[in-house]
Order: sequence, then C-alpha cells, then structure tokens
Amino acid sequence: MIGPAHYLGVSALLFGLGLYGVLTRRNAVAILMGIELMLNAANINFVAFTKFVDPTFVRGHVAALIVITLAACEAVVGLALVINAYRHLETVNVDQVNLMKG
Amino acid sequence: MNAEALAFYALAAMVLVGGFLVVQSRNLVHAAISLVPTLLGVAGLYVLLNAEFVTAIQILIYVGAITVLILFVILLTEGATGLRVRQRNEQVPLALLVCGILVVLFLVVLLRVPWGPPTGPMPAYNPGAVGRSFLMPYVLAFEVTSLVILASLVGAIVVARREG
Repeated sequence: MIGPAHYLGVSALLFGLGLYGVLTRRNAVAILMGIELMLNAANINFVAFTKFVDPTFVRGHVAALIVITLAACEAVVGLALVINAYRHLETVNVDQVNLMKG
Repeated sequence: MNAEALAFYALAAMVLVGGFLVVQSRNLVHAAISLVPTLLGVAGLYVLLNAEFVTAIQILIYVGAITVLILFVILLTEGATGLRVRQRNEQVPLALLVCGILVVLFLVVLLRVPWGPPTGPMPAYNPGAVGRSFLMPYVLAFEVTSLVILASLVGAIVVARREG
C-alpha cells in the first residue's frame, strides 16, 4: 500500500537533488533547472497532502497550480536576465558576474 | 506487489534518475533534456494522486514550455555553456554534506509522523472542483497571480530587449 510517506520521500529526495544542483552549478541556466526541481518537489507534497489529508476542497491542487504559474514567470524573467547578462558580460557563470561586488 | 505500487516505484525511479542526470550532466543540453523524464514522472505521480487537472497543466507548462525555453537559452548562450567550460564550483563536498543532512532530516521527520485518515472524500470531477475553489475562496490569489504574470511578461520583454 502506497501511503503519504512514499510520496513525501520521493519529494524529499528530489528536493535534495535540486538543492545540490543549485549549490554546485556555476551556470545560471543550470541553477534555474535546480530551482525547477525543488519547486516540483514542493508541488508533489501539495498534491499528496490533498489526497491523504484534506481532499474536500482540493486546496493543495490550487496551491500547486499557483506554484506552477509562478515557476513559469520565474523561469521567463530569470532567462531574460541570463540573456541580458550574456550580451553584456559574455558569461553566464554566476561566480564571474560580480559587477556589484565592492 | 499490486499495480499501483508498481507504477509508483517506476515513476519514482524515473523522477529520481532524471533529476540526478539534471544536476550531474556535464553537457547542459543533456541536463535540460533530462528535465523532460523528470517532469513527466512527476506528472505520472499526480495521476496516481487523482490530480488530473494538475497533470495536464504540468505537462503543458513544464514539459511543453519551460523545458523548451531553457533549451533555447542554452543554445543562445553557447559560448558560456559549451563543453569546454567548467560547470561546477568548488563547493561540491560542502553541498553534498548539506543536502545529505537535509534529506535525512526530512525522511526522519516524515517517517515519524502518524498519518490519520483523510478528512473527506475526493471530489468526483476534479477540474470542476479546482475551478470552483479558484473562483470562490481563492479568487484573490487567482487575481494576484494574474497580475504577477503580467508584470513578469513586461519585465522579461524590457530586460531581454536590445537597447538602442
């Protein structure tokens, strides 16, 4: 029998993978991919809680849909920033984009 | 092992192997393409959780739009994402330590929580229930989200546009 702990376990592992990607990658696009993995992990939790804890008004589905929408917005703005940084600095590695460092 | 458990373990393996390739691939195009099985596996988990509408939106937006967008940007910034560039910083051991501790903490907590029965039945028609939830109790969140979309649309155009 697959219970809530199974889904939350997969989601915890996926969140760990995404965090590892965010912490170790140098490329801004790869960091965005790590963030997408972490957002997906959070969404699995929302949808699993809807089924196993509070199914009546599908509140978790609403939260998951809002998170998906905001993830799309975040990807669009982030990738626009990446293109702009590449145009001006010829790099998208976050450790070389340090114009504002004192 | 019944069919649900079999489907769950297959989808979980797909999600985790895909996620591992996303964070580990040296070639960023491979990493971006590995996002597709990961996100499709998450969509499959949503099917197992009776969330048909979220599944459809996940496939449309994540697999259809965000992955393609990421691939486009990788191809547009080829000089910085090519194979000759070092892709990892020097924090790998520290990051492994932090992520390992965090995941172990999560697993310990969620294995200790006693899970009671759900508070009620799942609505029979899922998209209808989601729509009613969106337009009655959560209409404010809905409107604010649409404002955020508008702002990010304008912001992305302004930021990515060529000056002059």
